[in-house]
Amino acid sequence: MSDFEYASAPESRAIANIESNYGLFIGGKFVQPKKGKSFNTINPATEEVLSKIGYADKSDIDAAVKSARSAYLKVWSKMPAKERGKYLFRIARIMQERAREFAVVETLDNGKPIRESRDTDIPLAAAHFFYHAGWADKLEFAGFGSKPKSLGVVGQVIPWNFPLLMLAWKIAPALAAGNTVVLKPAETTPLTALLFAEVCQQAGLPEGVVNIVTGDGVTGAALVNHPDINKIAFTGSTEVGKSIARAISGSKKTATLELGGKAANIVFDDAAIDEAVEGIVNGIFFNQGHVCCAGSRLILQENVAEEVLDKLKKRMSLIRVGDPMDKNTDLGAINSKEQLNKINEISNAGDKEGANRWSPELKLPSKGFWFPPTIFTGVTQSHRIAREEIFGPVLSVLTFRTPAEAIEKANNTMYGLSAGVWSDKGSKVLWAAKQLKAGVIWSNTFNKFDPASPFGGYKESGWGREGGRHGLSGYLTAEAKVNK
Amino acid sequence: MIIDGSEKSLRKFLDELSPVDQVGAEARAAMLATRSIKTSSKAWAIDMAISMVDLTTLEGADTPGKIKTLCAKAVRPDPTDSTVPSVGAICVYNDMVRIARSELDSIGGNSLPVAAVATAFPSGRASLAVKKIDTQDALDAGASEIDMVIDRGAFLSGRLMEVFEEIRMIKELCGDKAHLKVILETGELVTYDNVRKASYLAMLAGADFIKTSTGKVAPAATAPVVLVMLEAVRDYFALTGTKIGVKPAGGIRTTKDAIKQLVLVKETAGDQWLTPDLFRIGASALLNDLLMQRMKLRSGHYASANYVTVD
Amino acid sequence: MNRIDVNKTYKLFIGGAFPRSESGRVYEIKGADKKFIANPALASRKDLRDAVVAAKSAQPGWANATAFNRGQILYRMAEMLEGRSEQFINEITILEGVAKKAAQLQVSQAVDCLVWYSGWCDKLTSISGSQNQVSGPFYNFTTPESLGVVAVFAEAKPSLLATVRALAPVLAGGNSAILIASENFPLPAISLGEVIATSDLPGGVVNILTGKASELIPWVGSHMEIDGIDLTGVSKKQEEELRLAGVDNLKRIFRFSNTDHPERILSFMEQKTIWHPIGI
Repeated sequence: MSDFEYASAPESRAIANIESNYGLFIGGKFVQPKKGKSFNTINPATEEVLSKIGYADKSDIDAAVKSARSAYLKVWSKMPAKERGKYLFRIARIMQERAREFAVVETLDNGKPIRESRDTDIPLAAAHFFYHAGWADKLEFAGFGSKPKSLGVVGQVIPWNFPLLMLAWKIAPALAAGNTVVLKPAETTPLTALLFAEVCQQAGLPEGVVNIVTGDGVTGAALVNHPDINKIAFTGSTEVGKSIARAISGSKKTATLELGGKAANIVFDDAAIDEAVEGIVNGIFFNQGHVCCAGSRLILQENVAEEVLDKLKKRMSLIRVGDPMDKNTDLGAINSKEQLNKINEISNAGDKEGANRWSPELKLPSKGFWFPPTIFTGVTQSHRIAREEIFGPVLSVLTFRTPAEAIEKANNTMYGLSAGVWSDKGSKVLWAAKQLKAGVIWSNTFNKFDPASPFGGYKESGWGREGGRHGLSGYLTAEAKVNK
Repeated sequence: MIIDGSEKSLRKFLDELSPVDQVGAEARAAMLATRSIKTSSKAWAIDMAISMVDLTTLEGADTPGKIKTLCAKAVRPDPTDSTVPSVGAICVYNDMVRIARSELDSIGGNSLPVAAVATAFPSGRASLAVKKIDTQDALDAGASEIDMVIDRGAFLSGRLMEVFEEIRMIKELCGDKAHLKVILETGELVTYDNVRKASYLAMLAGADFIKTSTGKVAPAATAPVVLVMLEAVRDYFALTGTKIGVKPAGGIRTTKDAIKQLVLVKETAGDQWLTPDLFRIGASALLNDLLMQRMKLRSGHYASANYVTVD
Repeated sequence: MNRIDVNKTYKLFIGGAFPRSESGRVYEIKGADKKFIANPALASRKDLRDAVVAAKSAQPGWANATAFNRGQILYRMAEMLEGRSEQFINEITILEGVAKKAAQLQVSQAVDCLVWYSGWCDKLTSISGSQNQVSGPFYNFTTPESLGVVAVFAEAKPSLLATVRALAPVLAGGNSAILIASENFPLPAISLGEVIATSDLPGGVVNILTGKASELIPWVGSHMEIDGIDLTGVSKKQEEELRLAGVDNLKRIFRFSNTDHPERILSFMEQKTIWHPIGI
């Protein structure tokens, strides 16, 4: 009887003015890389080339850091804090004005659904600037002493999963605290960072306060190793985070690291089951599972496992996979061929190790990089799919009988970024939150972010926090610590 | 049997229902409201929504004249366009049923049911005897659908068996002559947990449809309330094999609102519920907005209220 | 022939609208040059009564908006005030008799003051709330909450800046306000109503009355639905009068020094402590 198939509802591309090529943003201007090298950025949903991007090498990094240092010494560190704040307010307002444009460019470059860029990424990024703009002239009240000092020039390297949002998480607090920055966006997602550079120009931000240097891992290493950087802020894999920590161990540089995770999402039998199912879906399929804090291990109380899994599978069958520019798409493209290969490799290991794979029946587009929403049941802690970060839409399901067992399994990992707890009983939720070794605990919700809420991990999920009052400390000179 | 007819087993069943988390339920409903329904799917949805409308007038000032024009509108919503489907039913007060039925029959609307509100609608505050006579009157006058109200006072004070028994008895009167819609008056139940409990209670007692509201109390058919009720019919079907219908009523004024309801149905209970046999929308002003949107889709420009009849 | 100006009528600002005083009364304002400027409304106790009704009704919605949203609205007020700089510079120079440069400085300081407080809305609990380490298996936290309706008597001069400095912290804390403008220098305060009306601030969150403070003071002091008072602009004698009258519902009453500080926000907030057991 029903013919209620949602017709294609594409967001228009017209609003996005993507240039055919971009230079590097150094000293307030777009400049060509000194050696003239470039690379392409593509749309992972269609494999079309979107633009040619300048490739920054060591000499370009040098120029960028020089510019940042000069801006710091001559302008930014001398400027009254409330004026600094007003630049950040301007940036926030312009981001809000150009929100739709940013959302479309983000979706084209990253592959995530337009609904997510529009409703989550871009509003949060603008909010991050708005929030930190307000801290710039209030640092003396933030609990870091009566005259907290900035650090100087900060080198920042961000990942491809939330390109603009990760940029906001890095640049907003750095600038609010009085530092200047050189930021390297991820290789596969440079476009919104370059659009952000335009916003800096529109806001009249003094030249050199923000510098954007596009490139790859080698570019990032050159930035991290530059002698005139005071601090590094990095979000990415634990492996690269460790190499950064090694690289700076003999220097005066400090670092904050936001690394990987393998979060446990614990569902107790007294949870609000329908909402828990939504939370499970949101926890691992939001942003195609390209989320460091993704709820990638479902730890399910055995006596409700069958009911929950049955509802979960039915709910997964409603997930719409396809054109990220379609407003009804729930799951978009995998960001790159490399990432798709990684997801396939570990998922195949899951099959080999004896877990049971299930995905809803779907037709995937022929071009581009795609992976269906997938669950593995019959998983044990020793399976690779239970231990390694997959960074894709793949959920591993384990079961438990007692609360203590749930906690034990949840904590049994080298990671400690986030965890979820689902129960209608308040005291149990708080008890679990107390036991869990994770920097962010979501109770009866998941993947909630706010500029006022500190984010960061325990153990090998990183160092430091981003967001909130706590997040400021990473950008201010510590009162009690000594820089070797 | 899920319950054995005793109060004890009814309470046990209702107590063991999974709780509803307000924030989570509202977030799910809000997410579904972002679905973008365009072109062919919008055209389909508009016509489906029209066929699901229980065109309603429940005013103290209702007169035979008003009922007759409502009937005309119900059968032919747009006198200039015969491709527009008839509505799902007309919904009137008990003492207007006879007029409605005879009017519909005389203008070619024989297949259009007349739904009567009954059991001391809207408050439900009358004796059981009065409620039964109220219902029987409507049935005798030709109503083939009864929209009854539950006793919210009894529900909120924990006298669940009383609520159950009343529904059961009214269903008995309906027999197979009429389908029974049970109005929960969700605005008075307030919490989603109560909505869930009352939904199951009504279904167990024999409801053919569970309905959100009388339309006299706000809030009425909010998206999260309808979501919880759709979850209830979905899960009840999995438990028993019986499909119960859902009727949101009150506050659904625009085509956008109606389409959001259809999305809720599709992505909660499923495509099987996208039929007037299992989903109705209680509304009055909605119909004209549906007609205007239908005109816009066909003509390509925004329509004017001058081109739809006021009744 | 010189063009004839269309002079502004200065009315009250209550519930988002601009009514005249229900008493029909007005009073004369002259500039520093002793020339006639306007006849602003002379508010009566009934106008105050209406303002309190509006403030009380609007307050829960304002308190329940997200802190982010309140911050956005206060920032919008800054944008609107900046846009109307010329208008306020004129009113200040004519009224206070100061030089244009000084008036310009005052207006820009008032704008920056709004920006400053807008940035506090979502950071208050970070500096004044706490999770308390009690002895026992309890999660215990303290969080500030808005007080309710606050009456504000700002200092007469600087006429715009003192008003904004007093009003902004009240709003940042989620309260609604009744601003009683200075009798002799009321115009910037009442014109602030225009800024507020174009800033998406819900009607009733700010209400502005012009007239004689001395006439309104007994009613403000004793009104049982006014929860707090900033009396920085009144005399010592009037302060005593307000404090005595305010005892009946233990109004929170303060006089502030000439500064911007989060204390001004927190003074008009309550602190709520919540306990919750931790256990399976």
